[in-house]
Amino acid sequence: MMGKVMTMAQAIGRFVPDGCSVLMGAALESLIPFAAGHEIIRQRRRNLTLIGPISDILFDQLIGAGCASRVIAAWVGNVSAGLAHNYRRAAEANTPHRLDIEDHSNFTLSLALLAGGLGAPFIPTKTLLGTDLLPGSQSFQLSSEPDTGAPLVHVQAITPDVAILQVQRSDREGNAHCWGNLGVSEEGGLASRGVIIVAEEVVSREMILSDPNRVLLPSAKVVAVVHEPWGAHPSPVQGFYGRDHGFYEQYHLASRAKEGFEQWLKEWVLDVEDRTGYLARLPKDRLNQLKPSQRRLAAPVDYGY
Amino acid sequence: MNQKLTYTMQEVMVAVAARQIRDGELVFVGMRLPLLAFAVAKRMHAPRAVGLFECGLMRDEPAPELLYTMSDPPNIAGAIWSTRMINLMGMLQQGAVQLGMIGGAEVDRFGNVNTSYIGSRQRPTVKLPGSGGAADIASLAGRFLIIMQHERRRFKERVDYITSPGFGEGGDWRRHVGLPGGGPAAIITTLGTLSFDPETKEAILASHHPGVTPDEVCRQTGWPLRVSPAVHETAPPTDEELAIIRHYDPKGFWTRP
Repeated sequence: MMGKVMTMAQAIGRFVPDGCSVLMGAALESLIPFAAGHEIIRQRRRNLTLIGPISDILFDQLIGAGCASRVIAAWVGNVSAGLAHNYRRAAEANTPHRLDIEDHSNFTLSLALLAGGLGAPFIPTKTLLGTDLLPGSQSFQLSSEPDTGAPLVHVQAITPDVAILQVQRSDREGNAHCWGNLGVSEEGGLASRGVIIVAEEVVSREMILSDPNRVLLPSAKVVAVVHEPWGAHPSPVQGFYGRDHGFYEQYHLASRAKEGFEQWLKEWVLDVEDRTGYLARLPKDRLNQLKPSQRRLAAPVDYGY
Repeated sequence: MNQKLTYTMQEVMVAVAARQIRDGELVFVGMRLPLLAFAVAKRMHAPRAVGLFECGLMRDEPAPELLYTMSDPPNIAGAIWSTRMINLMGMLQQGAVQLGMIGGAEVDRFGNVNTSYIGSRQRPTVKLPGSGGAADIASLAGRFLIIMQHERRRFKERVDYITSPGFGEGGDWRRHVGLPGGGPAAIITTLGTLSFDPETKEAILASHHPGVTPDEVCRQTGWPLRVSPAVHETAPPTDEELAIIRHYDPKGFWTRP
């Protein structure tokens, strides 16, 4: 039986088939699994359902590459630069093909994943009442409180087939430490049927067990562990590298026209073999510039007894 | 554009928004101008205000560096709480957050905001990014501010799509549909500030910015904009407010016109 540690190509090959639903960008603008997304594009996946609250330009890339038939998200755009051009072309002109869009808010997407992880059919809320996100949506049902009759929205559970989560470090079983801001990583991982952990570092079991409070989710859910340093570039990973703001700006300009995006895709995704190849295309000193200029170690935590 | 002024309209908007933050409040802070407004308020009159970022961060001091996104590493370092997004959203739903600030592509006469679809849902003219946390802030915060560019095509009688609920069709619509939050308190724009009629919940002109006439604001509004009897010129940003804004955004990344 194969262990969980494998290459990105193997993990995507095995666990992200055509037509599946995949959670990415669970930590919003940080820890975005771009390397995984690019491998999905290289393996020419089709008919995926993309799930994530705000995944910055990753979803735009997957949509433009023709991988997605459905997106379940609260926000799809280029956070620091503006609109997502491929997302727009898909919604406005069915280019490259029709895209089914299920609109959520950050809260409702969190609630949907929480429900999934709790094994609950839905979670009630008062957000979105009166908005146009409700009518005709598969995600929401208008309901009411049993005693008072006050209006309620029932947010249906979401259980993604697979969650792809970038973390700082993991052991070989998928016991992972993740820190910074995690968004819906915990709920999302628990709601998903399987989790692919993409780690900056693969470390010993002892190191992970030294701090059980920092473990992201149970390794029983982890189907693959991929060692992929810089796997989240251009998004940041706390303690490892900052956000490459210029890269997002360049993408915004390059992807404005369909042909420009296709050229960008060829250069950064299709014509490179893997993340190592991608990193080699960056300007010479870029990675050094993104590395932390200072350490900010937390106070040690003593679990002694 | 008024070339006599030594500040931009964006800097005016930041000052106006900052003045709306009360000391000790929990405030959902977005990116861009709201972020700068929080920094100004903290330094000026609201030292105990606390900022919430929808990704799951709570800060009682502005981040030391300019942020491009709320998940930027400088925003996490020095936060007083970094938690799951759902925990902050839960506080919002509990009624514990007094103020939020959102932007918009379109706004209408009753303060409803559209950041989703211009044109039809099925075949939009423009597909905008979506709610993010804005619809939640509009639904659940004690009150919220709408901060946006003032152009006739954006200020419509009725938005094409309600992403973030204002006062709906007016009157007691919010109570009728079951929304717990108080609704919009003001629309702060590049031309002036709009407040809301306490009865009808219609947006009315409260102040016009330096160099802008009430007429100009009305011309740039796509419905017959009522002008408050107490309408006045917006108090411009003070030297102190400007110094704080320019300290946090030295290149004017967010405050350039």
